[in-house]
Amino acid sequence: MKLTLGPLLYFWPIKDVHQFYGQVADWPVDTVYLGETVCSRRRELKQADWLAIADALSAAGKEVVIATQTLLESTADLRSLNKLLEAVKDKNNNWLIEANDLSAVQVCKELELPFVAGAAINIYNAATLQKLAEQGMQRWCFPVELSRSTLADQQAFIQQNNPKIETEVFAFGHLPLAWSARCFTARHHNLPKDRCQFVCLDYPAGLPLKTQEDQQLFTLNGIQTLSGACHNLIQQLPDMQQLGVSHLRLSPIYQGLKEVVDKFDLARQGQLPSSDPLKLVEVDSCNGYWFGEPGGQQINPNL
Amino acid sequence: MELVCPAGSLPALKVAVDQGANAVYLGFRNSTNARQFAGLNFSEKKAAEGIHYAHSRGCKVYCAINTYPQPAGWNEWTRAVDQAANLGVDALILADIGLLDYATHKHPSVNRHLSVQGSATTAAALQFHADNFGIKRAVLPRVLSAAQVADLVKSSPVELEVFGFGSLCIMVEGRCYLSSYLTDESPNSKGACSPAKAVRWEDTPKGLESRLNGTLIDRYQKDENAGYPTLCKGRFNVGEATYHALEEPTSLNTLNLLPQLKKMGIAAIKLEGRQRSPAYVKQIVEVWRQALDALEEQQDDFKLATPWQKTLSSLSEGSSTTLGAYHRRWK
Repeated sequence: MKLTLGPLLYFWPIKDVHQFYGQVADWPVDTVYLGETVCSRRRELKQADWLAIADALSAAGKEVVIATQTLLESTADLRSLNKLLEAVKDKNNNWLIEANDLSAVQVCKELELPFVAGAAINIYNAATLQKLAEQGMQRWCFPVELSRSTLADQQAFIQQNNPKIETEVFAFGHLPLAWSARCFTARHHNLPKDRCQFVCLDYPAGLPLKTQEDQQLFTLNGIQTLSGACHNLIQQLPDMQQLGVSHLRLSPIYQGLKEVVDKFDLARQGQLPSSDPLKLVEVDSCNGYWFGEPGGQQINPNL
Repeated sequence: MELVCPAGSLPALKVAVDQGANAVYLGFRNSTNARQFAGLNFSEKKAAEGIHYAHSRGCKVYCAINTYPQPAGWNEWTRAVDQAANLGVDALILADIGLLDYATHKHPSVNRHLSVQGSATTAAALQFHADNFGIKRAVLPRVLSAAQVADLVKSSPVELEVFGFGSLCIMVEGRCYLSSYLTDESPNSKGACSPAKAVRWEDTPKGLESRLNGTLIDRYQKDENAGYPTLCKGRFNVGEATYHALEEPTSLNTLNLLPQLKKMGIAAIKLEGRQRSPAYVKQIVEVWRQALDALEEQQDDFKLATPWQKTLSSLSEGSSTTLGAYHRRWK
């Protein structure tokens, strides 16, 4: 089973990003997804900067996947998507693209680039899997809100009909739950989105949104809304192995990610931590979606 | 521009047709459409009756089958597509790629519209659906500004429909999983957002509290109007502030953009509200019919009549309306 590092969802200063991926080169992850997937206004790193990091990680032996924007709104967004994918095509070094919108699927098809369908592409059934495989999809990310039972059905279909397709499950991190035209971080500062002063830089772990009873409900990240609790499927790893899941996604968090990667690395080698709820990070854990329950819930099947 | 109106029930369909809808849209009585509410929507028999009523008065009928089927429920969704096609609807409103593929092969002669839930916001995404499924029209998510819509009309391979009035999704449609994070239902999986079965109201010393599956969404003081606890419209704590951190309860209203939308080349205006009463539908369709007729007659001299906006405001969530993302400053 391969460990992947999902795209960095937060907005960090360029020196922090370089430092982060410098460390990642030595971590036991097989695949690294790179690029800005949330907001087109975040330009600490230019396209060339991302591609340079991709070159470095590729040289360090990592599989590199270039991730694309999730919510495109303008012709300028579409132009920069085209530009990015053409640059990858020109490099001709077999990097995959993570398509996070059907715009990217279409451009990949036109450029004959193989792609991974990100979790925000709604692949809820076998007919959708099949159709996207025909467009050049090599791997798909299981949509975050679906349950084990749907995954099992999809895996049965893949094994029978298209065993080359790889399956990736979002196994750790704050779940990306929604995207909006509005920037909630700018709104919090009473700033208009197009003059946002890049306030997201002040929140390297996102901006917590709590209920009036102090329950951390969501994490605001610019135009994106993430879960308040941290999704964690480490205990389900053996089950996922059995289902033929090929890749486990760990989504970057601001602090403590190395320990998380190490724990998952041990777990995939059969050294599962005890059944006690894991305290990997200092926020609540959740895993409800896996069990067909509300995603924010933490289910302990052993109790 | 075509006026596309909501029909959550046969009485609502009839008043929409009578008030001059060019098309009505409806869904079946199950999770196959994005307005799954108890007591709402159409059995096959009622749908046949509604289609006959509309067609005999020159009004088109579209059928929304715009949620995302999972393997265990696949047959229920394909059955809905077959039923709608056999009933003779004028178009299927679909979102799921697998289901679009099914409809394209099984019922090639029935028009396919891409639902707002299909989340297509660019020419490339629209091209994907045109190439693969020969869609005739797409309904745009409510996240684009007026300028972005205008750009998209120029480059779109298909005709475009936009929302004119009604409840407003702050998140891009088809890719919002907030509801299933708190409850076990979402628009994609069950056609339900913040489902009524999970809602609890409680009078407490701190105020009237609305909860969704136990989670506090809002708390109202005596002088405040309480609204339905759609989870993106609650009041939450961010930093030191307690406010509508995502969106205020308000309705989308693009009436004063009408001349602009027409100039851009928008093909159809959609009114939201299949969950609303026939009385509500009657009032909004009446206003929009008058406005569209006035636009045709007066062209560049078109002026909004005051009673229209008054009626629409009184029918809006929190009695307030917004241009939403069409208006740059809102973002």
